[in-house]
Amino acid sequence: MKKQPITKKIGAIKFSLFSPSEIKKMSVAKIITPELYDREGYPVDGGLMDIRLGVIDPGLRCKTCSQKLKQCPGHFGYVDLARPVIHIEFIKHILRFLRSSCAECGRVLASEEKSEKFFKELESVEKNKTIKDKLTLIRKFTNTLKTITKCPHCNAKQQKVTLEKPVTILVDGKRITPIEIRSRLEKITDDDLKIFGLNSKDARPEWMVMNILPVPPVTIRPSITLQSGERSEDDITHKIGDIVRINQRLFENINAGAPEIIIEDLWDLLQYHVTTFFNNSVAQMPVARHRSGQPLKTLTERIKSKEGRFRHNLAGKRVNFSSRTVISPDPKIKFNEVGIPVAVAQELTIPERVNEWNKDWLKTLIARGPAGYPGANYLIDLDGKKKKITDESVEMILEELDFGHIVERHILEGDVCIFNRQPSLHRMSIMGHKIKILPGKSFRINPAVCTPYGADFDGDEMNLHIPQTPEARAEVELLLDVGNHIISPKNGFNIVGSTHDAITGNYLLTKKLVFTKEDAIRLLASIGVYSGADFGDTVSGKEIFSELLPNDLDFVGYAKEFTDDSDDPDHIVKIKQGKLISGVIDKATIGEDNGRLVRSIYSKYDRETALGIMNNMFKLGLSTLLYRGFTSSVSDTDLPDSITSKNTKLLNEATGKVDDLIESFNKNKLESLPGNTVEETLEIRIVEVLNKVRNKIGKQVSDSIKENSTIIMANSGARGNFLNVAQMSACVGQQSMKGKRIVGGYKGRTLSTFKKGDLSPLSRGFISKGYKKGMGPTEYFFGAMTGRDGLMDTALRTPKSGYLYRRLANSLQDIRIFSDLTVRGADNEIVQFVYGEDGLDVSQSEGGTINVDRIIKEIRGR
Amino acid sequence: MADIYDKFSDKLPGRILEDIKAKEKLEKLTTVELTKVLERVSDEFEKSKVVPGEAVGLVTAESFGESGTQMTLDVFHFAGVSELQVTSGLPRLIELFDARKIPKTPEMEVQILSKYAKDEKMIRKVASKLKELTLQDISTEFSLNLMKGNIEVKLDLTKVKDFGFTLDEIEKTLKEKLKKVNVRKLTYGFVFEAPEGVFELTELHKVKEKVKEVVVRGIAGITQVLPVKVGSKTIVKCAGSNVKDVLAMEEVDSKNVTSNNLFEILDSLGIEAARQTLINEGLSIIEGQGLDVDVRHMLLLADLMTNTGTLKGITRGGIAGEKGSVLARASFETPIPHIINASISGEVDELKSVIENVMVNQPVPMGTGLPNLVFGVEKKTKELKTEDKKENKEKIKK
Repeated sequence: MKKQPITKKIGAIKFSLFSPSEIKKMSVAKIITPELYDREGYPVDGGLMDIRLGVIDPGLRCKTCSQKLKQCPGHFGYVDLARPVIHIEFIKHILRFLRSSCAECGRVLASEEKSEKFFKELESVEKNKTIKDKLTLIRKFTNTLKTITKCPHCNAKQQKVTLEKPVTILVDGKRITPIEIRSRLEKITDDDLKIFGLNSKDARPEWMVMNILPVPPVTIRPSITLQSGERSEDDITHKIGDIVRINQRLFENINAGAPEIIIEDLWDLLQYHVTTFFNNSVAQMPVARHRSGQPLKTLTERIKSKEGRFRHNLAGKRVNFSSRTVISPDPKIKFNEVGIPVAVAQELTIPERVNEWNKDWLKTLIARGPAGYPGANYLIDLDGKKKKITDESVEMILEELDFGHIVERHILEGDVCIFNRQPSLHRMSIMGHKIKILPGKSFRINPAVCTPYGADFDGDEMNLHIPQTPEARAEVELLLDVGNHIISPKNGFNIVGSTHDAITGNYLLTKKLVFTKEDAIRLLASIGVYSGADFGDTVSGKEIFSELLPNDLDFVGYAKEFTDDSDDPDHIVKIKQGKLISGVIDKATIGEDNGRLVRSIYSKYDRETALGIMNNMFKLGLSTLLYRGFTSSVSDTDLPDSITSKNTKLLNEATGKVDDLIESFNKNKLESLPGNTVEETLEIRIVEVLNKVRNKIGKQVSDSIKENSTIIMANSGARGNFLNVAQMSACVGQQSMKGKRIVGGYKGRTLSTFKKGDLSPLSRGFISKGYKKGMGPTEYFFGAMTGRDGLMDTALRTPKSGYLYRRLANSLQDIRIFSDLTVRGADNEIVQFVYGEDGLDVSQSEGGTINVDRIIKEIRGR
Repeated sequence: MADIYDKFSDKLPGRILEDIKAKEKLEKLTTVELTKVLERVSDEFEKSKVVPGEAVGLVTAESFGESGTQMTLDVFHFAGVSELQVTSGLPRLIELFDARKIPKTPEMEVQILSKYAKDEKMIRKVASKLKELTLQDISTEFSLNLMKGNIEVKLDLTKVKDFGFTLDEIEKTLKEKLKKVNVRKLTYGFVFEAPEGVFELTELHKVKEKVKEVVVRGIAGITQVLPVKVGSKTIVKCAGSNVKDVLAMEEVDSKNVTSNNLFEILDSLGIEAARQTLINEGLSIIEGQGLDVDVRHMLLLADLMTNTGTLKGITRGGIAGEKGSVLARASFETPIPHIINASISGEVDELKSVIENVMVNQPVPMGTGLPNLVFGVEKKTKELKTEDKKENKEKIKK
């Protein structure tokens, strides 16, 4: 059997500067020519694509490590620079060194006592504070040295050092060359470097002025072959080519004894190329471009920003064994199941090691191959070689199959997977589901888990991942499963519960439906819970609902319609020993976000039982509706003529009142409210009148419409409310923007149909008709205005809140509970001694506390 | 009864015990029942406690981050008067978490001691003592005399009277506040002169601007006041904030002064007060948006922002920039300077936090990534090796 390789763990990563000798030591080739390939298309020795630097062509072997493509990691080369140049990213530090050290003796411009004192301070900061504090302290100290004009060590007079952006350093107004800079930096002693926070082993200031340039391996700058057979080189290859070319010319000119001006020009050009090689977006430095005019993407650009190495490749990983497709609802599957199309199941696999007990079974899978289901796609033999199972290879593989081989078999019903919908805003956005193989081409989820994912079915797609190791599968089953995420850790309320039709169904069932014995059993059997209970000839809905509940469940709660003075027994939900005695089941008991019964069940029973009960409730609701039938229609919002005329009268009255107000304002008779101007007062009064009339109309509508499907939906909390009904049948109401009636548009008026200064309800966005009757043109326009305003708000908000979230997540991601139950960050700093001051886990609580009321009731009930 | 509670005092947190005490009276529990209740509650509490390894930080970030997407961008919220606008919703939350030095709309609520708030007139008097009144507000004309190099100010004498000033009073405050300028009183206003010689032209302009802004009455920074009665208390809502000066007023109940300016609170009342303000503000924003986020999340965030004794924001200059790990800092924002600084000071990243371990494909030190299995490695491998060798030899022989 192939031995598992010993995996090493990376303990720490150290950052430091390369010294010129180190660069030379790690290099395998000296680059001397900007040419890339010879006439045969073979890489030139000493060129930028030298095969000692690694291979990027299939078939070739690396001259350094004699490995093939993808095995050779690539090797560095170097360029000997004719004259030293400054590394642009260190320019600020170089300036700091020059300013704080003596031009003559190279010592730091601080007396012995002063640096002694500073060291002590530094030591204590290093021990007790963060790295940021250390850097600020060093910066502060070195800044004080800038102004010293006489060296305390050799008494030499100090000249002022300034930076002429981007890379020229002036001493007393005169330019000094990188050679001079380098020689000055060399003079700084190792001991003095500590004042700048440097350790001479890790970094010497003169290394920041480079006389030797490392050339990155070809593997990080592979060329791409275009369709025409032409080679297109990477931006970095182009840039190093420029550097080598200028460097050669500089060498030649120096050797030929060319005039100083020409050499200096070439030197500056070399500096430019090296600078843009590191960073092509330096302020005041012209950007290096392709011939097409597109800027080159050099080293800094590769690392920086969202598409850079850090955020794109290092912090974000790509995975195999995943799948993505459109989702659609299937209320008949369980909450923690996901329906997967056969086509997907044949593509996703789980590695299974062959042993005594599963060998025969795996053989049948292999025999079926990738095209059958359930089959297998690959076999990994003892040497770790991966073989594809095909019609040709299947017989050989079956013959060779032995213990210890790994078969990549298709996923099967009952396997676990991870299901996710973006944006993954909270931990319920990624949960564990059990696989259910279904026909079709979409993923199927129970509509109850739409809420945690934030999903709907208007074309949403979701991702599915198959955990590959037993450890991962255990975590998915025990920690990620939907059953563990019923309660949101945000506020301790349940985020999964019955929705829409499931609520309506249970509401109707428990409110008034009565069944014959046969129908009742049929209903229960259709959801698979009938256990042979003894029913009478007629069975009430409450009895049927009770069948779902465990026998030891006690519960007291209030229905959604409960108010303090209501005496309807159906408004108080009472469950005693698993029997629903009174009350209707609605959103307040089984709905998402504080469905009390769901909470009670969840805290009393284990996850599986609780999830099962919730599942059954959901299914019972739907089955009830299937049995009874449920239709909402336009005529649901019909009003009797008497009410319509009453509404018109109310509206006319209100308009009259507003007119009166405007008139009294025009006559300066309106008294202003405290703290407001008269204009503001008028506006407040008008809005008040209009709101009042809308509420009155709403009241009339709710009083006059008899119970019908639409009203049932509103009453049960399944969808919509009375306001919506009133808006459909009678009056949409005031459209407001930024908390005010609609203003602006044309000068002094909202639309050109109105007179200037018109403050009437109609001209300021009051819609007096219902959606069913239809709005007037201006009313429709105002409705569209607020609609667009809402869209804009969402579009503008998303990036803002996204950035806030990113910052929060980045700052808080390392904070966790330690073994002593303190809350600490990654640097071991204590944030809280006890989490949340009491150590309670919100996702295990009931709305952030322990529900004492419930416990008292349960104890009393017994 | 009290001794029953004592038994559970170390098992249950005070908050829950208080809750039970209240319920006990309400429901008239017997001793037996009470013991049962306490036992059950402490059982459930024990089950509901956080477990070591739980990534509570990320849960907090998620709770706020997810809620943030549901907030409105509507910036203002009116508190009765249009000048008393308060930033609310997402912009205010961002401002708060950033720990900005000055909020976009500073605001204070000041409670007035009852002996100074006996009737409307008294209240209005106190309120006017709070509201900032500059020289500009009571004058009609500022004229620069270039020849004489001085500034002449004409006062609006009716306004002066309305506000109950006398010229002498104003002169006194002006002299107190303008040390470098000579103030001379006229019948209709004041003349400001240089103490020696004349003002230069550029200087004259500067002095004029300074003179305009001199606060002749009230507290600098408070631009609008609105007294309201809340129950028996009198509270003045103020636009603008100046905690230090308000606390110094004798009419003010110094125990009941709030401000939304964190740094002013920090400077005058200390870090604990700033933390509490942060919590209160945060919760009120969330509540104002009709959302629900548990206190514990706000507590954790506030503790993180204040645990060093200074206020740190959730920004690259604050908490995110102070992490010990180079890679963690670099992966957040501005990676290049972080790497450069790390390389010259030879920093070592010990891969202790989450993001670096993600980068190098290792299990993260959180939750299930924490536990390790310890066993005697050396002994086992030696035994295995000898066995292996035997097997190999046998194989070769065969």
